[in-house]
Amino acid sequence: MREFGYQRVFDVAGAVAQLGADPDARFLGGGTNLVDLMKSGVERPARLVDVSHLPLGRIEPTEDGGLHLGATVTNSDLAAHPEVRRRYPALAQAVLAGASGQLRNVATVGGNLLQRTRCGYFTDVTQPCNKRVPGSGCPAVAGEHRNHAILGASGHCVAVHPSDMGVALAAFDAVVSYETADGPGELPMAEFYTPVGETPHLETALPSGALITGVTLPPAPVAARSRYRKVRERASYAFAIGSVAAALDVRDGAVHDVRLAFGAVASRPWRAREAERVMTGAPADAETFAAAVDAELAAAEPLPQNGYKVSLMHNLVVAVLTELREEASR
Amino acid sequence: MDPSTSSDIILDINGEKRSLSVDHRTTLLDALRERLDLTGTKKGCDQGQCGACTVLLDGHRAVSCLHLAVAAEGRHITTIEGIAEGERLHPVQQAFLDLDGYQCGYCTPGQICSAVAMIEEHAAGWPSAVTDDVRAEAAPPPLTAEEIRERMSGNLCRCGAYVQIVEAVAQAAGAGKEAAA
Repeated sequence: MREFGYQRVFDVAGAVAQLGADPDARFLGGGTNLVDLMKSGVERPARLVDVSHLPLGRIEPTEDGGLHLGATVTNSDLAAHPEVRRRYPALAQAVLAGASGQLRNVATVGGNLLQRTRCGYFTDVTQPCNKRVPGSGCPAVAGEHRNHAILGASGHCVAVHPSDMGVALAAFDAVVSYETADGPGELPMAEFYTPVGETPHLETALPSGALITGVTLPPAPVAARSRYRKVRERASYAFAIGSVAAALDVRDGAVHDVRLAFGAVASRPWRAREAERVMTGAPADAETFAAAVDAELAAAEPLPQNGYKVSLMHNLVVAVLTELREEASR
Repeated sequence: MDPSTSSDIILDINGEKRSLSVDHRTTLLDALRERLDLTGTKKGCDQGQCGACTVLLDGHRAVSCLHLAVAAEGRHITTIEGIAEGERLHPVQQAFLDLDGYQCGYCTPGQICSAVAMIEEHAAGWPSAVTDDVRAEAAPPPLTAEEIRERMSGNLCRCGAYVQIVEAVAQAAGAGKEAAA
């Protein structure tokens, strides 16, 4: 590991000033991903600015009936919070489906959004990787890609984003707020992650040196009846091979409102807007659910080893929507 | 100007203040084992995946292999050496002995630290990934064997002593044999 400097900061302005425009400096939150990547040599910062003591650890209601999550709120505190569980249960479920108790106790909201892919080529510095070393190539396209993307990828990178939390945030139209030396800014989840294209090393639309200060969930009555379900290769403590965050409001047998986002299928949490469009106003039945998910997956471009994800997502989404409908009719 | 790459820090471990100078690259795990002679905390994978290095930070369980020692300054750190009260074993330690919750014992300090904090998390009403209804109005889930397995999934046991580990945790939590069946 490269030697590095360490500074602890206690206010947002100080954090932003300390990082400055230094491309060799990184913010340190819980460190569960960054420290691991430093050990493997993927990340080689010259300076760490420890932001875990910033006063951003609160969850507070917003004036319009939404919820604001501070950037240093831990996964554990997020998932245990009564208002999160009451108003956005799929968000609590998504967070609980990720990592282990030990990691959730230190991992933070801001860090979760900025965690890196677990693609085996990205984390192995002896391998080429366009995300780690732009222009070096993507061995996954012709190599091991069983758990890689089926939506929105490119020939330059087929890695998936590993976050569970982000899938629920995408479904609920969350907005990421940040601070820079030039002032604050906001990015809705739909614009937070940038398309892969030819630049897989550029992952977010955050300005250089920006510090995530929090995430705001707008009011979403539909979210009170929502679920997150994750499919993985063992019962617990593994990354998803497919997941869904779904919220459903059925009135008089028809879909009044629906939110759908998929995980582990793309370089970012995948908001399924085409599926939502097909469902809205249609009868809340199995045919509609199947047609909706198929409409979303029509854009899928599976690789030789990950075609299973298309049928996995079809079955998963139909099952979760069916459960939500039955729950509503009880 | 190159920033300093080491710091003089004071770590609060098991109620005792320990002063040391650390290279910033030093993990809390390596500081405990190599610098402070607290070798009860074990190094398994060193990647945050096995839980053998679990300690408590301000009472919350965390893996010490992914925590930099310099970042742990100011936290109350509890290691397996600080779990018992003198010669009186913590109920979780006693339950692991009573129910044979290990084979080789290497993962055991991490299992015990994890279980101590997990039981408190459950008592505080935290839901888990197998909790049927996470909504705040729902009753807190009983600590069934399924809940214990999920909540302890960050601690691997290569000997496969899981059956007894689940029973030991259930006994310590007062959940009784029925829940562990």
